[in-house]
Amino acid sequence: MSTANREAPRPASGRAGTKKELPDHFKDYRHVWVFIELERGQVHPVSFELLGEGRKLADKLGVELAGIVLGPPGETNQSAIAEAFAYGADLVYNVEAPLLADYRNEPFTKAMTDLVNSHKPEILLLGATTLGRDLAGSVATTLRTGLTADCTELDVDADGSLAATRPTFGGSLLCTIYTLNYRPQMATVRPRVMPMPQRADRPVGRVIRHQLSIAEDDIVTKVLGFLPDNQSAKANLAYADVVVAGGLGLGGAENLQLVKDLARAIGAEHGCSRPLVQKGWLSADRQIGQTGKTIRPKLYIAAGISGAIQHRVGVEGADLIVAINTDPNAPIFDFAHLGIVTDAVRFLPALTEAFTRRLSPHSRDKLAS
Amino acid sequence: MHIVVCLKQVPDSAQIRVHPVTNTIMRQGVPTIINPYDLFALEEALRLRDTYGGEVTVLTMGPPMAEDALRKALGYGADRAVLLTDRYFAGSDTLATSFALSQAIAKVGQTFGTPDIVFTGKQTIDGDTAQVGPGIAKRLDLMQLTYVAKIPSVDLSAREIKVERRCEGGMQMLKSRLPCLVTMLEGTNEIRRGSLQDALYAARSQVLKWSAADAGIDDLTRCGLRGSPTVVKRVFAPAARAEKAALIDVPEMNLRDLADELIAAILMRQPALEQELAFNGGE
Repeated sequence: MSTANREAPRPASGRAGTKKELPDHFKDYRHVWVFIELERGQVHPVSFELLGEGRKLADKLGVELAGIVLGPPGETNQSAIAEAFAYGADLVYNVEAPLLADYRNEPFTKAMTDLVNSHKPEILLLGATTLGRDLAGSVATTLRTGLTADCTELDVDADGSLAATRPTFGGSLLCTIYTLNYRPQMATVRPRVMPMPQRADRPVGRVIRHQLSIAEDDIVTKVLGFLPDNQSAKANLAYADVVVAGGLGLGGAENLQLVKDLARAIGAEHGCSRPLVQKGWLSADRQIGQTGKTIRPKLYIAAGISGAIQHRVGVEGADLIVAINTDPNAPIFDFAHLGIVTDAVRFLPALTEAFTRRLSPHSRDKLAS
Repeated sequence: MHIVVCLKQVPDSAQIRVHPVTNTIMRQGVPTIINPYDLFALEEALRLRDTYGGEVTVLTMGPPMAEDALRKALGYGADRAVLLTDRYFAGSDTLATSFALSQAIAKVGQTFGTPDIVFTGKQTIDGDTAQVGPGIAKRLDLMQLTYVAKIPSVDLSAREIKVERRCEGGMQMLKSRLPCLVTMLEGTNEIRRGSLQDALYAARSQVLKWSAADAGIDDLTRCGLRGSPTVVKRVFAPAARAEKAALIDVPEMNLRDLADELIAAILMRQPALEQELAFNGGE
């Protein structure tokens, strides 16, 4: 993917022929911004991943990287600012107000658009979480600028414009999208798509504070309550070190048990490709891929998954990808490291058994110690 | 109560093929469906209509063939269908799409009564952006309620709506105002089987076909390619990894040996995994 992106952009197929140029009033838009997302007092890890990407873009452009912290007064806000610097921000724009404690579209859109209009960034990145997507859509519409969702690669072109690459056509191809005549250039990126950068203790630098110009009385939507997810039932797919997933090659919903058995034997999380969720074999929170979870495990075992781009972009960050598929020409063998050309339904029980045989002595030792 | 549901006709993504030589999409013969996420929005709209009374108008923007999707929606029980179709809309990105749809919704409101709720699906399966819903909300100054899992109550006289909204790590209970825009989360309901009556109604009904002018759109510079700030410069297939997967492919090997072989290959490449797996597994 990255090699493909380094080719010189081919001219003018379709829309590139529209010759969009940046109007003068956008020419003073400078610097790269990353929205620092707060969820119940914690910074969402996707914000750090974006600071890592933002750092690269800012360095290439020779501009500054700013973190945008919108939070309630107190510890939460202060620690988010400190973390933004620890992950590479040069400065932070901060709006601190009690009514930013729970996310609501109205005050966050107001705070963000006001900041953009006052300080004019050229690039604004947000995490493609439920919060980030809700906010990005309304901020981009208010500013009437372009927004590219769920990017899998971000780069800066020779002329300094943001090249945002994402899957298209239901995940069967990739496309590179530009916002040529509007600013800021906005993009969202899903959690775990970009690697987590190194954290370094650094002193808190420049913090530019802004007032929130909207009051509680002006906000229509009220938060009545919050119901946290049941933690034990919640799949921790995105952060699992070992993941086993099944696809249509399993043949039937009942064979998902074979995937779960292997996952259980090696202490892995289990997941599936998109068609299985559409068929109702597994719930959406187990879906791996562009529209599901992006994973970066040490070991990923894909059983009966053909490997459409939609799936590929969700697993490419894995250290080792093992594919089991009957079709030697399946696209998954183009990006897997190890492949077995066989029927997953027959092979999975043997693999579970072999792992159990191999691993159980260690577990016994561990239990004994 | 008047509800507008925005639908999109999309290619059945499971059946899209990429030409192996030219890397272009082979569209011929790919069947189209109503974007699956939109069906959750449609069902919720029909449910609210059945509870509170009123009408459901389905709206789509697309080529003339998108009429099929609207007819299907009428068959599920929608009361009225509007197809926004004009060559000026070709090449719209999400900003231009939400502009055109919001103009059409305003026109639907003038003609058939102001909508109390506008529904969209969470996202489409071909674009996957989730941006058009928020775009419509912002332009029409509707309260924006995304990723809604449940609508416990609508109070038409007090103009109030309560929703449960999916957010990171839990559900937010929100109270908001009508009119609003709701994007519906998947898996929250199941589309009904249309009745025979609905099927007859769908067959008899006219789908209203509106051009940009019919929808009251004067400013064509905000439509289609011209109204789209984003530009797709390149479409390409991802490069294969330099080396393909090392295939362990020994037809005569029994499954047990094959499994041992695979585990050995895994551990050779990632020796640290042995420790990891031993810690996790074998419960």
